[in-house]
Amino acid sequence: MISPADYVALAAILFVIGGVGVLIRRNALVVFMCIELMLNAVNLAFIAFARLHGGLDGQVIAFFVMVVAAAEVVVGLAILTAIFRSRRSASVDDANLLKY
Amino acid sequence: MTGTLAVLAPAIPAPRIEYAQLSPLLLVFGAAVAGVLVEAFAPRPLRRALHLPVAFGGLAGAFALTVAVAVASPVFSGGRPGDIAAVGAVAVDLPTLFIQGTIELLALISVLVIAESSHEVSAFAAQAAAVPGSSAERESLAAGISHTEVYPLTLFAVGGMLLFPASNDLVTMFVALEVLSLPLYLLSGLARRRRLLSQEAAMKYFLLGAFSSAFFLFGIAMLYGFSGSVRLSAIAAAASGNTSGGVLLYSGIALLGVGLLFKIGAVPFQAWKPDVYQGAPTPVTALMASCTLASAFGAVLRVFYVAFGQLTWDWRPAMWAVAIVTMLGGSIIAVTQTDVKRLLAYSSIAQAGYLLTGVVAASPAGLAGTMFYLAAYGATIVGAFAVVTLVQGHGGEAAHLSSWAGLGKRSPLVAGVFAFFLIALAGIPLTSGFMGKFAVFQAAISGGATPLVIVGAISSAILAFPYVRVIVLMFFSEPPQDGPVVVRPSGFTTTAVSVGALVTLVLGVVPEPLLRLAHDAAARLFVG
Repeated sequence: MISPADYVALAAILFVIGGVGVLIRRNALVVFMCIELMLNAVNLAFIAFARLHGGLDGQVIAFFVMVVAAAEVVVGLAILTAIFRSRRSASVDDANLLKY
Repeated sequence: MTGTLAVLAPAIPAPRIEYAQLSPLLLVFGAAVAGVLVEAFAPRPLRRALHLPVAFGGLAGAFALTVAVAVASPVFSGGRPGDIAAVGAVAVDLPTLFIQGTIELLALISVLVIAESSHEVSAFAAQAAAVPGSSAERESLAAGISHTEVYPLTLFAVGGMLLFPASNDLVTMFVALEVLSLPLYLLSGLARRRRLLSQEAAMKYFLLGAFSSAFFLFGIAMLYGFSGSVRLSAIAAAASGNTSGGVLLYSGIALLGVGLLFKIGAVPFQAWKPDVYQGAPTPVTALMASCTLASAFGAVLRVFYVAFGQLTWDWRPAMWAVAIVTMLGGSIIAVTQTDVKRLLAYSSIAQAGYLLTGVVAASPAGLAGTMFYLAAYGATIVGAFAVVTLVQGHGGEAAHLSSWAGLGKRSPLVAGVFAFFLIALAGIPLTSGFMGKFAVFQAAISGGATPLVIVGAISSAILAFPYVRVIVLMFFSEPPQDGPVVVRPSGFTTTAVSVGALVTLVLGVVPEPLLRLAHDAAARLFVG
């Protein structure tokens, strides 16, 4: 029997996978996808908690998160496209003009 | 058919929206939308002339409305410290109104710097989509155009900043965080000169900002799981009735803290700050260094005083550690900097540490001290970055310290004003920086955080070294042959620098009125 608490555990696992991906991947697009994975893990957690508490708040919040994530994609892809066009590279290691 | 449905459907009560109390926010967002309409319908030559009254009018009007709401506040229902507006989403209380007023005034000064157009068309890219070094870019530069979208983007960011410290539930706070962050990511990438640096700053800011807001959000999920609500007061109630510890509660506090501390740029979440402050157009850096910091500290204060006010003994040790490494880390790395904007960025990290000592105090005095410090520091740093925009070399701003050598001999006035700002940042008496530090450190001592204050004093002493080095460089060394020139600013930047310097001086000599205002506001505390 799968309980809502198991979904919370799954959400935590997905969140950690996304977080590790952000830290070890080089391609800015993949890094961004890992961040999206983290946001979706949060959505899963909200919905599981909403089920646990028997309320609807968590489900509504998941919609808020989706809308904000969509807005973030628009801004993020605009920035990543601009930087790819000027550098011909989407690697976060190549962007190294600003340091120390 | 429709009649039957109307009978069957339960009556949904219309929500009551307190428009009067929300009017400052609504005006700023309204001005931002008006700016979008200007961008959509006005011909290009007219746009700047239309944007300026909208932006200045919106921000000045919002400040007037904030003052009006604060003056009318004694009639908050039933002697409560404040009111909850918009069906529980937005808190209207005196500390929030103080912070909002501060943000509006600082944004007004920042927009003056943003609007500067005398020495170049503007500080912003002619066409952000044109590849740097391409013929498209040369054409757009030759056409003498620039992105006027910066005005509505700035207003949207300021609107988010006003909502961020006023949010009474964590979902509103998350939305406000994104509303303030998304325009800033874009603004960071819009510099007219050194566009590769600017784009890199935007990418770093965006990726790290999105990463941190994921932590913030997971923290909200944990607290929702713990308390069954995202309302700050409900979380506080659930936390005070909590006897069995609770993984959800503590992981929620930690993750939420990560998201908030990232925004204020506390060590170890400071990595973005020097890069973004250096790469972003300097007027945008001024906006971020003053308004974003004030807004983020407002949110930190609200979350930790309202939602976790009963758990002071649990979060204080962690906040102590963060404050200590932030104060020391920021000041030590500042010593090695060779770029003015980067130096100010590391100094801003150290200032965030001093402000955190006010948060650690967890008392009305700490709240008042932090609010006063935010206003004082904001005016100083906007003025300092406005001066940075004036020192121009061949390829735009000459931010490298070597080109500032001998500036005092060529332009004594500009160098003198900048030296005054640096002295204020170092916290020398008779400047606002001293009074601000004094206010937070005094609150921290009475809150039992004397070791923190000792670390703060050591950090201030370390931080004074790079400032003094810049002053010595400006006044006691020979100017290089083809050094930068100080451009003659129009009234916009002149006003911004003068206001910054005047506020820095006045708050240092007669801090009483503003301090009393902050204490009166803080005495009412946040509404829960």
